[in-house]
Amino acid sequence: MSESMKYFREQRLPHIWCPGCGHGTVTGALVRAITRLNLDKNKVVVVSGIGCSSRAPGYLDFDTLHTTHGRALAFATGVKLSRPELKVIVMTGDGDCTAIGGNHFIHAARRNIDITTIVMNNNIYGMTSGQFSPMTPKGMIGTTAPYGNTERSFDLANLAIAAGATYVGRGTAYHAKLLEDLIFQALQNKGFSVVEAVTQCPTYLGRRNKFGTVVDMLNWFKDSAVNVKAAAVMTPDKLAGKFLVGELYNKPDQEFTAAYDQLVAQVQRKFDSFKGGTRECAQNSD
Amino acid sequence: MSEQKKTFEHVIRERWCKGCNICVAFCPKQVLALRNGKVFVEKAEQCIGCKLCELRCPDFAIEIREKGVVDPPSVDASNRDYAIPPEAEHD
Repeated sequence: MSESMKYFREQRLPHIWCPGCGHGTVTGALVRAITRLNLDKNKVVVVSGIGCSSRAPGYLDFDTLHTTHGRALAFATGVKLSRPELKVIVMTGDGDCTAIGGNHFIHAARRNIDITTIVMNNNIYGMTSGQFSPMTPKGMIGTTAPYGNTERSFDLANLAIAAGATYVGRGTAYHAKLLEDLIFQALQNKGFSVVEAVTQCPTYLGRRNKFGTVVDMLNWFKDSAVNVKAAAVMTPDKLAGKFLVGELYNKPDQEFTAAYDQLVAQVQRKFDSFKGGTRECAQNSD
Repeated sequence: MSEQKKTFEHVIRERWCKGCNICVAFCPKQVLALRNGKVFVEKAEQCIGCKLCELRCPDFAIEIREKGVVDPPSVDASNRDYAIPPEAEHD
């Protein structure tokens, strides 16, 4: 940790998250992964939206951008397109990414733009006192679902794969080392990478759903998470009620900014060679 | 051959610690404890340096540093100083 302290804004710590909140663990995992890659502070941009998770960039000593609710990926797309040499990381929450920013999320995945998205999924809107989000598991209690949530929840990893992301992984705050490795791999992937980090919200989700302490919530992750390698040999009835962790998808494809630069170069060549007379370009023949 | 033992020191940033009990609960050797709502190193000599507390701490408040390798003193044929006569050691 001492070698990664240079990436923190130490004067801003301790952070405002509740005691035992998993967002700190995820932020720590990100910083350790960046330390392993030894990235230059001035070449990294961290973008976030609104929510508990989106407080994270305030504690990190990179170029950071705290944007409007759900629009972190839209701002990040702009940053990446104007300065493709920068490493752009988006830290977002489950409500921010899947509810209000759901459209930005699927379209960023479709374009396969080189952004690493870390979705801190605490299954609830923590900052506004625990309303249920699209990621709240069925049956769980929230402020706006006092008798239990009747909606089905998103499977964010499968959504990202279907939308076209090229690296998808899932870790939890319990599996901190795995999470660090997944973020390490995601940062190296050239294309849209999604790491879903399942974290605990002891204040709202834990208290309302009678989980007890933070440790009980972490043990819940330990019991219900199955590594994707172990799941390959398990029967479907054993996997009922569990979720997969590990590297779920890794298939590099053409990246958006590279394709865009290629297109720009192609068009520039066509018009630079134009010396008057009959235009060769069919689109401008009028 | 005597058994070498690595020793570790714990750096605790008490101002950052919120006493959430994660490090205490997941320490495999019960090295840590809570005292006055902050983490406290109770049995530092039992630490095996797995860094699970450091990895899971949400407040970046605990850190494990390797202090070095302690070689327990032992006398056998390989490290005996033969310049000293054996009877000189007994007085």
